[in-house]
Parts: sequence; structure tokens; C-alpha cells
Amino acid sequence: MQRRRALRRIGLGVGAIGASIGTSIGLSGCTRRADPRGPLAFWAMGREAEVVAELLPPFRQRYPGIEVRIQQMPWTAAHEKLLTAYAGDALPDLCQLGNTWIPEFTALDALEPLDERIAGSSVKRDDYFSGILETNLMPAHDGRDVLRGLPWYVDTRLLYYRTDLLRAAGHTRAPQSWAEWRDAMAAIVRRAGDGQHFGALLPLNEPEPLLALAFQQGDVLADGATRGAFSREPFRRAIGFYAELFHSGLAPLMTNTQVSNVWDEFARGMFSFYISGPWNIGEFRRRLPASAQGNWATAPLPGPNGPGVSTAGGSSLALFRSSARKDAAWKLIEFLSETTTMQRFHALTGNLPPRRSAWNDPRLASDAPSRAFAEQLERVRPAPKIPEWERIFQEMQATAERVVRRTQGIEAATVQLDAWVDALLEKRRWLLERHAARGAR
Amino acid sequence: MRRRQIGWIFAGPALLVIAVFFALPVAAGLALSLTDFDLYALADLSTLRFVGIDNYLHLLHTPLFWQALFNTFYFVAVGVPVSIGLSLGAALLLDSKFARFHSFFRTAMFAPVVTTVVAVAVIWRYLLHTRYGLINQALDALGISPVDWLGNPHWSMPAIILFAAWKNFGYNMIILLAALQAIPRDLYEAARVDGAGTFARLRHITLPMLTPTLVMVGILTVSGYFQLFAEPYVMTQGGPLRSTVSALYFMYEEGFRWWNLGNASAVAFLLFVVIFAATWVLTRFDRDRSQGGEAR
Repeated sequence: MQRRRALRRIGLGVGAIGASIGTSIGLSGCTRRADPRGPLAFWAMGREAEVVAELLPPFRQRYPGIEVRIQQMPWTAAHEKLLTAYAGDALPDLCQLGNTWIPEFTALDALEPLDERIAGSSVKRDDYFSGILETNLMPAHDGRDVLRGLPWYVDTRLLYYRTDLLRAAGHTRAPQSWAEWRDAMAAIVRRAGDGQHFGALLPLNEPEPLLALAFQQGDVLADGATRGAFSREPFRRAIGFYAELFHSGLAPLMTNTQVSNVWDEFARGMFSFYISGPWNIGEFRRRLPASAQGNWATAPLPGPNGPGVSTAGGSSLALFRSSARKDAAWKLIEFLSETTTMQRFHALTGNLPPRRSAWNDPRLASDAPSRAFAEQLERVRPAPKIPEWERIFQEMQATAERVVRRTQGIEAATVQLDAWVDALLEKRRWLLERHAARGAR
Repeated sequence: MRRRQIGWIFAGPALLVIAVFFALPVAAGLALSLTDFDLYALADLSTLRFVGIDNYLHLLHTPLFWQALFNTFYFVAVGVPVSIGLSLGAALLLDSKFARFHSFFRTAMFAPVVTTVVAVAVIWRYLLHTRYGLINQALDALGISPVDWLGNPHWSMPAIILFAAWKNFGYNMIILLAALQAIPRDLYEAARVDGAGTFARLRHITLPMLTPTLVMVGILTVSGYFQLFAEPYVMTQGGPLRSTVSALYFMYEEGFRWWNLGNASAVAFLLFVVIFAATWVLTRFDRDRSQGGEAR
């Protein structure tokens, strides 16, 4: 809050808004991108951006004429930066894109369709886990699915659990169904019997576990993703099971900032089940004490009646329509999507590859914690493909937190959530109606 | 007539700049706040709709907006007195005839003002760290158990206030110091002859003479503190549990995270009204005081 700038802040904010309209209306041609021989601009995030340069030497040998300039963005600022770049017509040629962002950039019509390019490529479309590839398939107005990106690495959520505590509580295998999972947690809590040990840690500010449970029951949005379906039976069953875990003392009422160190607490046995993603394989190996190393494993997520689906996340590689060097940019995407490049990428980062053939690598094939992910990846569901989803996702968890903390009942909370979602999606319904009316004319 | 024309010629460049860089954007923002400018409109301007005051009505029904307003008022109500109190204390110390190394301390206490918020915020995150932070280690030495400054929703705002006060007090200190030095010394001498002690001189000479400056400093600080943004953006990202979401941070999220620029502009205007009202009350306070002083 520097004083000099303080008085102008509002003016600046409003000015920025005004300027963004100006750019979207007026300045369409940006000369900087017109040179088709310049270096490729590739934006990537976090750890991936740090290591991607190490993957590139073979690419440079193969295509000496293509120079690649990598721009690193922090995850926390990437989304804003990309949208601002779109508004200012300053997008790169290609980009790492969180695959929940693809609907947004599709709505902006900023992404190049890749169907024809992949059809003529050595990268085989059928080789991708279908649930993961699905996150990159965006319905066009004529109802056909268009490929708007290629998955680069995957993220899904499954169970990390303590094998020793589960066995001591009388359960010999990882739980397959909700009932079995609940019984196992109850047995573990009963055996400890001190109120300090819980069945599962489900941090109240993480929405992914609840979404996975909801996907196992059915849809969260209805009518072509234009209305909420949270107050319907499927979601109510999921949130009922979720809230019950807290209400019966099987899960602690905690956010992830209140758990000082997840790995320490897991090793100490504060909880025996934890729903998390692939990056935690490396973290568990690094951070758990030696005494706990033999006592943990991963397992696919239990479903209502037997193994269930989970969320499909991760990052994709996308080509922007505004690029003047699409052919060169596609060559880079193709190179990064080759089986061998993906295997090297996994060795450097621990990120799991989205292509089945990349899993033939002995380092992955023989790695037990990773195998559970390969199994789960055959059963994943993408999030609803609308730009508003991220916001709905956050609101869903805020609603769940109220239910868990007993400030609202399930019925009232889900009805309220649906009303909120319906209001948020009003513009979407209007756009679809408008489009239908135009088509009919 | 000629005089008036000359006046316009001299004022012209400044008025032009104000019109282009202030009046026009503000008018554009007001217009924007009456539309539903969003991601879809960014892609295709034909989807832009005029919605009247719907954005404003919608905001009044948004709990997070009220929470952001509450957080902002909390920050202003506690932060402004703490910040000005620190400035006044430091200025009085520097003005004291017993003080040594004036220029060194004046520079040292002004230094935080000219540093970059982001850089010092990173350092403060280390200071406030629950386990390794110096602040908690000092508390530990006093036998107070560690506080999770940036992770506990009850302590996050006090931590932000502490940081903001430290960062900003030097600026007001310089202004108050200048005002202190402008108070005629013979007033103090006359008071001493009349038998007034240190405290009586502070209460009956220093503070009344400082009032106009204090009100000015108050207005600047209040309007500045209402626009809290960089501190929570760098240190907490609005968390934990939305306890450090300020009105401006809320506007930023609406506008640049969810890209609802119509809503964001409406927030900007509501915040403008709030700041305008707060500063108006402060200026009234100043006028009443000075009129009362003359009547006495």
C-alpha cells in the first residue's frame, strides 16, 4: 500500500478493465508474432518448467532450425497470466495447460484443434488412457468432439494407506467398497480407542475427494451442464457418506493448513487413509521415517459397490490458434508426447505418463505404488467441461464444509448450492438458447 | 474574458490528462459495472448484455463480499490507529532534544517505506514462520507458546496489520516530524514559565498544533488502508478460511481469476463509495474541530 499509488489504485483497476475492453475490441493484429521463423514461445509451470529444458537436446538434434524459448510461470499466477495474455493478444505458441482450464480457453476459441495433426502423427491417440484423453475433447456446437490439447502427465486421486494398521485391525486387503472402507476405519479407530487416531484424513479445504465420491454416484450437473444436480439423489448419497465419516469421528475436522505435517502424522498413525495424487509417491518415500517405509501402500479408490471411479486431472500441451509457427510448435508437442520422452520426463519429475505404452518402462511397471495409479487411470472421469466449473468446484466444497460442521443440513445445503449454480450458469443457458435460435433460423 | 482564456490555457494540459487517465476510465468502469462482461464477452463481444444494477444487487447477496468488507474494516479500524500511533511516537522521539543520531534513525525508520512490498513480505513470511520464525522464537523465550501467524484465521489479520504498520509508519512519521518542527518553540517556553510539565505541554500544545496534520495523515492512511491488496496477495492469498480477503482482493479475484469484469467493476464502485464516505466523515471532523477552536 504505497501511499503515492494508493489514491490511484481504483483508477488503475478501472483503467485496466477499460484497457482490456480496448484490446479485445481494437488491437487484433500483433506484429510480434507474425515472424514465422522466430523462436517458439513455450510457457510451462512449476517443476515441469524447470526440467523441460533437460528433455530438449534430442529435439534440437532432430530439428536444428527450431529454437525453443521456455517461459516459467508459477502455478499460482499462471491462470491469470494466460487470460491476460489472451486479452492482450500476447499468447505464446504453445503452453502447458491444466486440463480443467481447457474448457475456458475453448470458450475463448484460443486453442487449435489437434484431430488432424494427431491422425497424421506417430503419436497414437488410442494409446492414451481414455478418461484422461476425454478431458481434452471439447464438444463443438455441432455436437462433435474436438481434440483441443494432448495430455502431458496425469493426476488422479486414490488411497494411500497404512498396511500395518489395517492388518492389525483385522483387514487383510485394501477396501474395495464404501462399506468395507467404513468398517476398516471403524475397526482402526476402535482399536486405538483414544480419540487421537482417525480412519482417514480428508482435509476440509480439498474438494477432490468429495468430487471423486460424487462421480462414483453420477452426474453433478444436469441438462447439458447448464444446471446443478447437487440436490438430486446421486450427489446427496455421496455427500451423505462423506459427512458421515466426520460425524462418526472417523475423520478429523481439519483443513490441510491445520495439519502441521501430513507425513509425520501419517507415520505416527493419526490417520490410516489419505486420498491424494501421484506426486505424493515421491514425497512419502522422501519424508516418511525409515520405520514407516515398509508399512504403506496405494490402492484404487473404493466405490459404492466395488472399485470406483476417480477424478481425471493433470496437465496437457496445447497449441494456440494465434501462433504463426503452428507446425514447429506441433513438432515440439509431438516430441514431448513420444513414449521415450515421457519416460524420461517421469524419471526427472515423478509425473505419471498418460500413454499406456509409456508404462512399459520397468521403473513404472515394477513400482507397486505407481501400479495402483495405472489401475485407477482406467477408471477416471473428467470434470464437467464448462469454464465455470472451477468456481462451482470451490463452492461445492464450501457447501460440504457447512454440512460437515453441522451449520446446515444436507437437504438445505444442496438446494442452496443448486440455486447458486443455476444463477451462475444463467449466461450459459442464454448462450445455448441463442445459438439454438440462430441454428433454427 | 482574456484572463479566463489564459486560465484555461494553463489548466488545459492538466485537465486533459485528468480527463484521459481518470475521468474516462472511471466512466468506462461505471459503464462496465452495469454489464455482465465476462469470459464469454471477452471471446465474443456480441454476448455482452446490459444488466442495470443487477451486479450490485448480486454483490449484496454474496456472503464473501460482506466478509471481505468486514475484513477491510477490521484492517482499517485496527491498522490506522496502530500505524499513526507508531508514526507519532517515532516522530516525538526523533523531535526530542535528548535524541542522538537523528538522521540515522530518521533514515532507518523511513527505509521500509521505500522497499518493495513483495520483497519484504517474503522476509516477513520467514519472521512469522510458526516453527523457525524469529517472532515465535522471541515469544518462546518469554514462555508464550508459538502462534501460527499466517495459518490461523484469528491471527492472520493481526499479522497482516503488524506487517502493514511496520511498512508504512515511516511515511507518516516524516510528515508529523515536519509538523512538529514547525511548532514555534516560544509556545513551549511560555508554557514552561507557566509551570506546565512535559505531559501537559504535549496535551495542550503539541497535539492541538498537530491536529490539522494528523487529520490529513488520517485521511491519507484511511484511504490507503481501505485498498489493502498486496500484503494478503503475497503473504496469504486471502486465506486461511478467507480471513484476509480484502475488498480489493475480492475484486481482483472476481475480475482476474473468474474474469467477471462487470462484477469486479461494481465492487470497485462500492469500495469507492465507502472510501469517499469515510474520508468525508474525517474532513468533517477536522472542520468541527477547527471551528470549535476558533469559538473557544
